[in-house]
Amino acid sequence: MAVFIQQVINGLTLGSVYALIALGYTMVYGIIKLLNFAHGDIFMVGSFVGYYIIQNLNLGLFPTIILTMIVTGVIGVVIDQIAYKPLRNAPRLSVLITAIGVSYLLQNGMTAIVGPETKSFLSAFEQTPGFVNQSVSLGGISISMMQIILLSTTIILMILLQFVVQKTKMGKAMRAVSIDQEAAQLMGINANAVIAFTFLLGSMLAGAGGVMVGMYYNSMNPLMGAGYGTKAFVAAVIGGIGLIPGAVLGGYLIGMVEVMITAYGNSMIRDAVVYLILIIILLVKPAGLLGKNENEKV
Amino acid sequence: MKLFNRTNITWLILIILTFVLLEIGVTTGFTSPVMQQTLVTIMINIMLAVGLNLIVGFSGQLALGHAGFMAIGAYATGIMTRQSPNFISFILSVLAGAVIAGIVAFIVGYPTLRLKGDYLAIATLGVAEIIRVAILNMEGLTNGAAGLSGIPIYLMNWRTATVFTVIVVIFVLNYIRSSRGRATIAVREDEIATESLGINTTKMKVAAFVIGAMAAAVAGSVHATNLGVINPSQFGFDRSIDVLITVVFGGIGSITGSIVAGFILGILNLYLQQFGALRMIIYAIALIGIMIFKPSGLLGGREFSLSTLLGREEDRPGFIKSLKKKD
Repeated sequence: MAVFIQQVINGLTLGSVYALIALGYTMVYGIIKLLNFAHGDIFMVGSFVGYYIIQNLNLGLFPTIILTMIVTGVIGVVIDQIAYKPLRNAPRLSVLITAIGVSYLLQNGMTAIVGPETKSFLSAFEQTPGFVNQSVSLGGISISMMQIILLSTTIILMILLQFVVQKTKMGKAMRAVSIDQEAAQLMGINANAVIAFTFLLGSMLAGAGGVMVGMYYNSMNPLMGAGYGTKAFVAAVIGGIGLIPGAVLGGYLIGMVEVMITAYGNSMIRDAVVYLILIIILLVKPAGLLGKNENEKV
Repeated sequence: MKLFNRTNITWLILIILTFVLLEIGVTTGFTSPVMQQTLVTIMINIMLAVGLNLIVGFSGQLALGHAGFMAIGAYATGIMTRQSPNFISFILSVLAGAVIAGIVAFIVGYPTLRLKGDYLAIATLGVAEIIRVAILNMEGLTNGAAGLSGIPIYLMNWRTATVFTVIVVIFVLNYIRSSRGRATIAVREDEIATESLGINTTKMKVAAFVIGAMAAAVAGSVHATNLGVINPSQFGFDRSIDVLITVVFGGIGSITGSIVAGFILGILNLYLQQFGALRMIIYAIALIGIMIFKPSGLLGGREFSLSTLLGREEDRPGFIKSLKKKD
């Protein structure tokens, strides 16, 4: 039983990471119907930015996370302005290819800067406050401090996001643009600013996820974004793409399934099972777990 | 339309002429082995791109798992030609690979293509990954992660590759110009309007998807005998994306574009080898630049047509005689 609870906690931790990345995918898809393949790589950039901030600026954990979020947020907005904004009225496939191009650029640019080998957060770890390395034991279940930080930070960020989207004026504008961009523009909403803001939010969440994953799993490399990104994207689709609660639900579901298969089954088939769940969901409920089937209009 | 009209005969002469020129190049040593090797790679990319263009450009459905179907063809050929390394078994393996890929595509396509939206893209993404994991885990048949080696490479040269490519291209072109092909294009333009004309839209989309997958399997077979070594990591997501890039670069909905892009990207890749690590950065920037400045691709849906060039409108497929203006 203790082992099972331990695995549940591990599943929640991995699920938090997927949920954080999935939120960025789902928000961008909800607003401009773009499968933003570069999003996983923003997450990877966040991981490296956090690494260098801790190593060079000697900041604590939370200032590092906040600073990384600002950096990745700015990168996200810059990418949107340079690569996606000129293509707002282009065929959707062209934007998709641009996103893939941006993804390649981030991966290979980062490889050129930091080298292709896997880096460890350990060297940077020594400079952070000692409490990060500790763990709490409760009746045979051990929860590391990092897991607690990861889980609580994720939940705080999600509550903040929910607040921004539901309660602020900008959030209202985001929801309006995602329903009907043209109508929103006629109501005086600056759609481009709203889209840029969406990229800012999504990239900030991915950056926070990147730092915490780098610390928790203690390894990172320039190609890690593709692996986490694809899974997070699957999570967003399973939950219902375009829906913020769906991304969170899907993220935790995928995280839990992966950890349970690794613990009690064959880790070789882990990815296949995840995709099998995806296909079954698509067949049974194509709009995702929380999605509503929309009637088509002529 | 007769089979042996002026356009078709001109095409035949052109194809044979190109072949003879290449043959002369090989015998005189002008076409080096590296160039021949590049030519085979280009032919593989063209087959993949033409197949995917039928799905993406003509039925309007996004598919992100072309490498999975390629893997099916490659492994069918790898397994069968290792058992009996002769040309007949190679041809049989090409057919077997294409049929299996077609069946898999049908199983995936039929349920997901009834839906509207990006569902095929997501489902094919998953299917390619499942195919890859299945190959990894079927140790007895596929030798797992290590892959198959010692596939007889003497079965493949640029001549065979070109013949296969010409067959695939002619098949896809004729399909597009058939009544089913026209119906497929109609689905792309307006699904609801097409449905109201009594066309089974799901059937058209599934047919295009299955044919595209079969073309990918043929390309996979050529790939296996070209390299002689195959393993699951060759058929990852990156490979599917490479094919999609070729299609979009050439122009979505232009077979000519796919062929031209196959050549340009193949030669570009060869040329960029010397830049080493910078290669992918240049590639990425070029990709973003092309998409920003020419989002519809090189040819943007236009086709090269010999019958228009020859001024013989009546040779064009789908031509209706009574509509021709009488002078």
